[in-house]
Amino acid sequence: MARFHRTQRRGRLSGLLAAGLCLAGAVLSVQAQTLHRGNGAEPETLDPHRATSVASSHILRDLFEGLVTLDRAGRPVPGAAHSWTVSEDGLRWDFALRETARWSNGDPVTAEDFVAGLRRSIAPATGSYYAQMLEIIAGAEAILAGTAAPETLGVSALARHRLRIELATPAPYLPGLLSHPASFPIHRPSLAEHGKAFDRPGRLVSNGAYRLADRVLQSYVTLERNPHFHAADAVAIERVVYHSTEDIDAELARFRAGEIDWTADVPVTRMPWVRAHLADAFHAHPYLGIYYYGYNLTRPPFAGSPELRKALAMVIDRRRITERILGTGEQPAYGFVPPGIPDYNGQRPEWADWSMQQRRETARALYRAAGYSEDAPLELELRYNTHENHRKIAIAIAWMWKEALGVRTRLINEEFKVFLTTRRLRQDTQVFRSGWIGDYNDAFTFAEILHSKHGLNDTGYASARYDRLLEQAAAEPEAAQRRAYLEAAEARMLSDMPVLPIYFYTSRRLVKPHVRGWEGNIMDVHLTRYMQLQEARAP
Amino acid sequence: MTVFAFRRLAMALPTLLVLVTVAFFLMRAAPGGPFDNERVMPDTIRAQIEAAYHLDEPLWRQYLIYMGNLAQGDLGPSFRYEGRTVNELIAAGLPVSLTIGGLALLLALALGTAAGVTAALRRGKATDHLVMGLSMTGISIPNFVIAPLLILAFAVYLGWLPAGGWENAGWRHLVLPVVALALPQVAYVARLLRGSLIEVLSSDYIRTAYAKGLPTRTVILRHALRPALVPVVSYLGPAAAALITGSVVMEQIFGIPGLGRHFVQGALNRDYTLVLGLVLFYGGLIIAFNFVVDLLYGVLDPRMRQRA
Repeated sequence: MARFHRTQRRGRLSGLLAAGLCLAGAVLSVQAQTLHRGNGAEPETLDPHRATSVASSHILRDLFEGLVTLDRAGRPVPGAAHSWTVSEDGLRWDFALRETARWSNGDPVTAEDFVAGLRRSIAPATGSYYAQMLEIIAGAEAILAGTAAPETLGVSALARHRLRIELATPAPYLPGLLSHPASFPIHRPSLAEHGKAFDRPGRLVSNGAYRLADRVLQSYVTLERNPHFHAADAVAIERVVYHSTEDIDAELARFRAGEIDWTADVPVTRMPWVRAHLADAFHAHPYLGIYYYGYNLTRPPFAGSPELRKALAMVIDRRRITERILGTGEQPAYGFVPPGIPDYNGQRPEWADWSMQQRRETARALYRAAGYSEDAPLELELRYNTHENHRKIAIAIAWMWKEALGVRTRLINEEFKVFLTTRRLRQDTQVFRSGWIGDYNDAFTFAEILHSKHGLNDTGYASARYDRLLEQAAAEPEAAQRRAYLEAAEARMLSDMPVLPIYFYTSRRLVKPHVRGWEGNIMDVHLTRYMQLQEARAP
Repeated sequence: MTVFAFRRLAMALPTLLVLVTVAFFLMRAAPGGPFDNERVMPDTIRAQIEAAYHLDEPLWRQYLIYMGNLAQGDLGPSFRYEGRTVNELIAAGLPVSLTIGGLALLLALALGTAAGVTAALRRGKATDHLVMGLSMTGISIPNFVIAPLLILAFAVYLGWLPAGGWENAGWRHLVLPVVALALPQVAYVARLLRGSLIEVLSSDYIRTAYAKGLPTRTVILRHALRPALVPVVSYLGPAAAALITGSVVMEQIFGIPGLGRHFVQGALNRDYTLVLGLVLFYGGLIIAFNFVVDLLYGVLDPRMRQRA
């Protein structure tokens, strides 16, 4: 498929080039090769080490290149490093950098730039939300705890183009992690000169396929091709404009009017219309994320009652939710780790394959065993952050609980920051909405958030057995054994049911058919350098 | 007159002071802080960030620090937009909101006055009913309904105008948001003006003017219209402040980088300084416009000058 595209594109591209030369020269082809991407929310910053939003990360992946980058299908492939080797214990990684790699001002990209980038990302003074993700690097834990200087981080430049990363625990997923913006290099002279505000047009020096040309806050960010990029010749699109599109209905209108080639999202309420009229542009693809409800295990009624937690999980007809409420190809979730992760088999409880009838009957027995009945029903509070889909799903689930068990549920919606605060306090919450998107393509990024000491474990789940399995997996250099530990951990967790998995996410967007080289992938990462525009856009 | 102006200005300062104080403590009373996120930060990092923004200090001291900076014209750093100050954000958004809001205001005045005068002169006739019917529709349909309809018609189907965005800030990007913003105001202005003009037209001095043999045109334009504009002007004072500080809904729908979106997003992000800066700015504008309106009363209606 990929090869077919490439040959076809080459033919069209040369045709286009000839036409451009004949007609009006360079101006036309530049105009023709401008991609307009709808990008959702306003990116809060273009500093790779401070950014947290998905909107920022799309732009940053075009601007910068990590040691490793992602291909069209979202798989890690050599980026600024052309190759690497791993020691037998999985702890020492040596990277050979491309000698042709250049910053957008022509400076060479060296190992020191990556050392500086990783140190900056972890240094508490930087204030990165992703610092914890890089805690697997030797010395990072002490730096994060504030007891060691960032210079003690286990990352060193062996030579101008050779970099060594020493890890505290083996992490086979390191390449994926090194493609994340938090591990991008930094151009030290411009940071020294401009400080925090180095991410502005005219100042930002980047090492990726594009460089920053223009930015209007709350409107757009324009990037142009970086002529110094090591693979600049293979980059077809001259300019890419990232439009802030907070309102998804307005985004759809702009797509229909031909102003943007690509949307960040598709309104769920317009799905039937989109399927009927824009079928050739609509793409839905499994996405590395799970939507679930958490139980507060530190308070009644869920403390010490796995039967009740299981009963509530069993009676939910997930297919009705994914098909009737969502309807863009979401997969029902029974386990916690989404499908599509290489070398991992997602776990599911045995009742997942039972009929709804059988599940309801078993659940009723469990419910009664937990001390509830029709005369003395369970009364629950279900909290979710204000959002149309969250509300619909909560109503459906409350109804399923009532129908099957007679549970009385009170729905409480809260503004996002209020919601996060109540969830973290673990005092008022009983059942709460939650979701998680993986940072890298590995089961560990999901498993770890239910570790008893993890900051995102708002359920209060604390299983010594689960924690030990995760620690064993983290220390295990051998892939098959590591996978066995992680799968055992997930199975263990599911038998305790601290969470109620509902569905696995899909990414959905509209892409104009003239955008070639677009491919759906589980990371939902789409580097502009892989795309071409087939023909001039209508003005 | 000068005494009046000075008295009003002297009143403005304490008003703004109360406003900013109340807003400061209200913002802080909301649960959750600017750095609460779905991801959690290690404590060392959180401590460093909070110290950088003085969030680790007691609230009263944070208030004093804020007021101290404010006295020097510094609205502080934004909590959400790293490395940008609130002054900078307002300076970037204001020209955009001012352009769109200002044009919408002019359009509303021009169309509204024309429609209002026409309806008043043809009182009880078909034209009057038509104008008033249309304006009732304009008031009843909120602009978040009008805007998508305009986009559908002029951007999606006809393709004459862009559906949104702000590239190069060309005039084509202005048309739809200005029209969508102005339409409800046109309706208000038309209805207010019709009502007050009808009242003025039945007063004695208008009869005197006609009796002197003045042409209708002069009677309307010189004698009737000016006092009839008084209620319109008192409506337009606050309306102008609201138009200029930007409309949240319009900015979201058309993707306009104005001030309005900062208000809502700032509150959701707990971007304390940004919201305070905007509250202060908005408050200042309202005070300023009300002052201008009071001055205009005197210009429009000589009887008010005597009373003052």
